Amino acid sequence: MPAQGVWRSTVADAAVHPSDAARGTSRWRTVDIVVTAVLGVAFGVVFWAWNLLWAAVGTAFVAFPPGQAFMYGVWLLPAVLAPLVVRKAGAGLFAELIAAVVSALLGSAWGSIVLLYGLLQGAAGEAGYAVFGWRRYGWPQAVLSAALAGAMAAVLDLYNYYRDWTTGWMTTYTGLIVISSVVVAGIGGVALTRALAASGALSSFASGRTRV
Amino acid sequence: MIGPAAIRLAGWGFRHASRRAWAVRDVDLSVAPGERVLLTGTSGAGKSTLLRALGGLLEPESGDTAGELTLDGAPADRRRQQVGMVFQDPDSQLVMTRAGDDVAFGLENTGTPPERIWPAVDAALDAVGFTLGRDRATAALSGGEKQRLVLAGALAPRPGLLLLDEPTAQLDPEGAALVRATVVRAVADRSATLVVVDHDVESWLPLVDRVVELLPGGGTVEHPPGWRPAPLRLPARRPHPPGEQLLAALATGFTHRGSGTPALLPTDAELRAGRTLAVTGPNGTGKSTLALLLAGLRAPTTGTVRPGPALTAGLRRPDRPPHRWPAGELVQRIGTVFQQPEHQFLTGRVRDELSLGALRAGAGNATAARRAEELMERLGLALLAEANPFTLSGGQQRRLSVATALATSPPVLVLDEPTFGQDRETWAELVALLAAQQDGERALCLVTHDAAVVTALADDVLTLGRPVGVP
Amino acid sequence: MSAPLSLGPARPVPLSAVNPVAQLTAIVLVTGVLLISGDLVTPAVLLVVDLALVPAAGLGRPADLFRRTWPLLFSAAGVAWVNVAFGSLEGAAAWQSGATWALRVVALALPGVLLVAATDPVRLADALTVHWRVSTRFAYGSLAALRLVPLLAAEWESIRLARRARGVEAGGNPVASARLLSGTAFALLVGAIRRATRLATAMDARGFDSGVVRTNARGSVLRPLDGWFVAGAAAACAVAVTASVLTGAWSPVFS
Repeated sequence: MPAQGVWRSTVADAAVHPSDAARGTSRWRTVDIVVTAVLGVAFGVVFWAWNLLWAAVGTAFVAFPPGQAFMYGVWLLPAVLAPLVVRKAGAGLFAELIAAVVSALLGSAWGSIVLLYGLLQGAAGEAGYAVFGWRRYGWPQAVLSAALAGAMAAVLDLYNYYRDWTTGWMTTYTGLIVISSVVVAGIGGVALTRALAASGALSSFASGRTRV
Repeated sequence: MIGPAAIRLAGWGFRHASRRAWAVRDVDLSVAPGERVLLTGTSGAGKSTLLRALGGLLEPESGDTAGELTLDGAPADRRRQQVGMVFQDPDSQLVMTRAGDDVAFGLENTGTPPERIWPAVDAALDAVGFTLGRDRATAALSGGEKQRLVLAGALAPRPGLLLLDEPTAQLDPEGAALVRATVVRAVADRSATLVVVDHDVESWLPLVDRVVELLPGGGTVEHPPGWRPAPLRLPARRPHPPGEQLLAALATGFTHRGSGTPALLPTDAELRAGRTLAVTGPNGTGKSTLALLLAGLRAPTTGTVRPGPALTAGLRRPDRPPHRWPAGELVQRIGTVFQQPEHQFLTGRVRDELSLGALRAGAGNATAARRAEELMERLGLALLAEANPFTLSGGQQRRLSVATALATSPPVLVLDEPTFGQDRETWAELVALLAAQQDGERALCLVTHDAAVVTALADDVLTLGRPVGVP
Repeated sequence: MSAPLSLGPARPVPLSAVNPVAQLTAIVLVTGVLLISGDLVTPAVLLVVDLALVPAAGLGRPADLFRRTWPLLFSAAGVAWVNVAFGSLEGAAAWQSGATWALRVVALALPGVLLVAATDPVRLADALTVHWRVSTRFAYGSLAALRLVPLLAAEWESIRLARRARGVEAGGNPVASARLLSGTAFALLVGAIRRATRLATAMDARGFDSGVVRTNARGSVLRPLDGWFVAGAAAACAVAVTASVLTGAWSPVFS
């Protein structure tokens, strides 16, 4: 089993400038960068495993993509979750991009497509927080971010894969993905942030101290 | 600041912003350049806080400071570049995938020109005795080697002050010895002042010049040369006679899929009611693997694990080996305590954690709740009933982990490195707790590299040998 | 599932000689052209060029390439079928259209697969920070997090076993599976965030956040080969578009 200590020094948290978090500076501290990157990394590993699962199990879904749309939300979690945790401008884009990069580095068969998707989905999700000036990180922001990211994902899919579909199918597909995204990435993202805060893991961040 | 640093603390204290109690107070300390100091004290006395203050990692705004703390006359946060720090967990300190790159990391951060970096890296690797080369993958190093590399990284910028915060806490005895030897070698020329915090006081005593103890109420005590810490009071034990055989491993071995060398060579082991078996051996011999096999969490690739009649009673399919038992049946028969307690937490409340095991095994809500109360009383967790398990301290988490394994009263208890990462106080607590489980009916299996635990608790010892082909 | 323990090639392959930013530039060019194309010929030509580079990426044996790309190929076939099934076209036209999108998908994905097969993440970070002036804190902060991948993979396994030891197992029930998965993922996230926080402290203790301009011990150089590589990619795009126009198949997406 891997060796990992139960090093629980609250002083370590004090050392990573909590006062900055309290003041709400927009400058990214080292801990902001590394934790956002780690969120992306963790989800990248999940995506990679998920992609494999997809391809293996996906026969049914390949035949009926709208059926897989409802699981889309997980792909968009990093983009919505990272800003909720770290509360810095660009966190969603950064995390989603890292997740895509890790997924690609682990050998994703979708190569540059994954990178393209990561970049654009992340940017769309980021827009949801940008609209509020990157100052508020609550339910409305998360839901908007998730909806935008989901819409972008759907548009990318329709543009790249499903060009010949009838308008009816296109709308259905988009709708399903946006719903999935809002439920899993938006609502799920807020719930996940709260659970993480309750576990004490977010003590270096403002999100760990204030209620959403 | 060139050369070793002088430290001076006068009436120094620190209090975190959100706390009422002072983490440290009334510290008066002077350390001459090149001296080696061991900092001791009970947990909570503020050793880590002091060390971080010396490293310039305590933000002045994050709390209140009293008194004065200077390194060579200037406050610590102005001297940060001249301080090298090493923490407990090597994997949370190594940044790059190749050894040389990691050592270069610190030098890159300070803007050292590239042509001066690599000679400094080679010098640092030499100073710590790291001979595996610059391109060695960091992921492939043992714990001791990783800490050695971290030390090289801390030494490369030629710091005047070297601070070590529990550098051996997560290492096995071999790795710990390696790190201590490396530190001695690195500061042999007294070019840096050394301050070490470590709970393994006895091992560091011959290597330092002074021992300073931080007192919990504030202030310090300087111990004279020849001082030894009070020996730990170990619980008195009365070994029980062996009862029936509960679990036997017969020539069980394990090889990872796709790997050439076996993780565990075919081994025999036996767990008898009322007896405690300690499994020891150097790193890489498969102790943890054996624990997983006995606990029914992995399937052996050779040999079998055979449960005795006491365990197979009541199984739906008694002919199946433990690794094929449904989890609900497994949890009633074999309890496992993992090295990292957090991996086993399932809920957001201590009380829920404790009732979960019983619920999983099919007991009703009322029974489960009663069991949870009982366990909390017995293991001193009553005050933490509503707390989130992830927020508990290391020692408390370990106790909770043991409690959850006991929730279903399994006849067999398997523990993987139960004293890993513990300081003196929690170590003693845990050993007492485990001794209390040796009630004459239960079989315990302790996988550990801690010789003191073996002495304190084991009735029988199984030592795994070095596998063939491993240097 | 066992995650590979190292990211990037074990040893350099011929394609590694090309600087990562040159490869990225080439990818951007090719991707751009493919995204606006809507015909069969453009992706076909670019795919031929990609396949010619496959041996240089160390994937010369068909088995290697297949192992890396089979989910993609599978899905591409699916894409073709789906467009036929749910599409607004009929008969042969539908299949040709479907084949177009499928081929485009493969042509879009393959350059990224080649890049990953030929590039070490550290070299990529060095190239990005030196030539494209990407923020060093973000690049090397990401690298530090990336180093944790094998550790996270091992922890996932340990958490899964720890949960079985607590009596929690998936069985066949999909709802239980989903809950187990999310519980395991949560525990993994908590551990990952904690570890990342400690890592950030250690990096700051080594002067990462000091505000001093970082130097790069390894450096990154651009050579004539890199220029030729990008020029070659541009030429390939030109050839593809020209061929498409000449065969009358060219139909950009916007028309």
